[in-house]
Amino acid sequence: MNLFAYTIIAGIMYGVFFGLVGLGLNIIFGVMRMINLAHGDVIMLGSFLAYWLYELLGFNPLLVVPVAVAVFFLVGFPLYYALVPRLLRSKDPEMLSFILFFGVSQVIEAVIIFAFGNNQRSIPFNVFGSAGFDIFGQRFPIAWLVTTLVALAAFGFIYWYLQHTRMGYATRAVMANRDEAMISGIDVNRISAVVFCMGLALASIAGIFSFFIIGASYPSMGPELTTVSFAIIVLGSLGNPLGTILGGLIYGVAIMFMQSYFSSWANILPYVLLIAVMLFKPEGLIGKAARSA
Amino acid sequence: MLRRYFPSLGVILAIVAILLCLPHFYSNQSFLFNMMLYLALAEGLNIIYGFTGYLPFGYVGFFGAGAYGAAIAITLLHISPFFGVIIGGIAAVLIGIILIPLLRLSGAYFAIANLAASQALYFVVANPSLEKITQGPYGIDLSSVYNADASYYTMLGVLVFAMLLVAYMRNSNFGLSLLAIKEDQVTASLAGVNVVKARSIAWMLSAFVAGLSGAAFGWYTAVFYPSTVFSLDVSVFTIVFVLFGGIGTVAGPLVGTLILYSMYNFIGISTPQYFQLFYGLLIIVLVLFLPDGVASILQKGKVYVP
Repeated sequence: MNLFAYTIIAGIMYGVFFGLVGLGLNIIFGVMRMINLAHGDVIMLGSFLAYWLYELLGFNPLLVVPVAVAVFFLVGFPLYYALVPRLLRSKDPEMLSFILFFGVSQVIEAVIIFAFGNNQRSIPFNVFGSAGFDIFGQRFPIAWLVTTLVALAAFGFIYWYLQHTRMGYATRAVMANRDEAMISGIDVNRISAVVFCMGLALASIAGIFSFFIIGASYPSMGPELTTVSFAIIVLGSLGNPLGTILGGLIYGVAIMFMQSYFSSWANILPYVLLIAVMLFKPEGLIGKAARSA
Repeated sequence: MLRRYFPSLGVILAIVAILLCLPHFYSNQSFLFNMMLYLALAEGLNIIYGFTGYLPFGYVGFFGAGAYGAAIAITLLHISPFFGVIIGGIAAVLIGIILIPLLRLSGAYFAIANLAASQALYFVVANPSLEKITQGPYGIDLSSVYNADASYYTMLGVLVFAMLLVAYMRNSNFGLSLLAIKEDQVTASLAGVNVVKARSIAWMLSAFVAGLSGAAFGWYTAVFYPSTVFSLDVSVFTIVFVLFGGIGTVAGPLVGTLILYSMYNFIGISTPQYFQLFYGLLIIVLVLFLPDGVASILQKGKVYVP
């Protein structure tokens, strides 16, 4: 019973974090209908940024968050305008962008290995203090609580942005129908650029806290994280950012149960979940566009 | 009728002649073997990506299934390695049959689901609880049947088979019907093409080629691990080679592989990151400026590419 309660509670905390891992990918998909295959590599970049700021300047991971947001907005805008408008004019933007972002992912990975070597890095678990906290008689590390709260704050921010700001209103219009939004006078490219940067920034925030949930970071961790993120957003709801938290929770609880009870098969879970949902529940979760014939 | 096959067959004969003669002048057999391996994989991927537009990011799953299918047949059932290679190909086709439902997904969704499938297969094969069959993560040892020359010529045979398949698709009505599916499934089925059957056949042929290649690779290498034969790099290299050369032709993937794999050996073996950086940038440039590969430059100039 104790293990069961622990598994459920830890699974929920993991789940909220994994929701954040998928959120950036999903918000970009929702607006641009493109899968950012470099998503996992941006998460990796976020974790490396946190590691170096911690090692060199003693930055607390919470202080890295604004730095990461600033960095990815500065990088994201030129990247968007250099790559995306050209792609959108091509014959098959969905497939070509998929391949293009794969190229971006390879470049990021190679550059980081050049710069830092292919080694594991991590931030000590007790960076927020070594005290634990109790839920229903179970003891958990404080780092998990901080991570969960940050992830919830990110979801809160996205909810506020989409529902209560003028730009969020326009963003929802672009999500619903890109062409009609353009006709109604919305600057679709500017909205897309902002959301693209937001997606990158969210991914990097997930990276900053990945040390406490996923473990050490290494330059080639990107592709696996991208697959996991994709599984999560497919589970939740593709193109609906707030639905990501549902996918994250299902994934988090499931992975915790696998690790507690069938640990040798736990690493296969995201892949099996992904295939199962895509094949058997595509209408409800990913809509008609994903499937044909 | 047969005349239209001549340009494709000419290309194939030239490649075979080179690969039969080269070992007598050039002693690095392992380089030649790997070159043939990637040539065969590129043509195999060309069958499914070039003619139907499905991008199999998990292509390496078939490669690994072939290597393991053959290795299990050789070590547990004591089958001769040559037939083991064929069993490897069949093992990959079986995996392909299991994955046929994925073909209902379109575009990038298919690519990601296929990637997930290959990773799932990797974790099953590498799982320590299956040690009795697959040796789990500890790897396969085929050194008792090791025969460099026999496996070299087996690989050449696989390559010829793959090139002939693509030549057939390039010049037959079957290939044309696949291209019609790639353009528009609904219109193709209205014109009398059995969409599901045609794309399933292409998918299984593509899997068969990768399985045979994986099995021949396992035999030639003799000792390998799940992480070697399920390495995502195999998919990635093959996709980049095919994209660079140009899809849907016999010569495109061959040219792409000959150029890029030679380059990889030149700059990539000691520090793979140089090559990774190079092909990452290459992909970006290709997608933005030359999405149909090198062959499309010739095709734009009205030159026929076999």
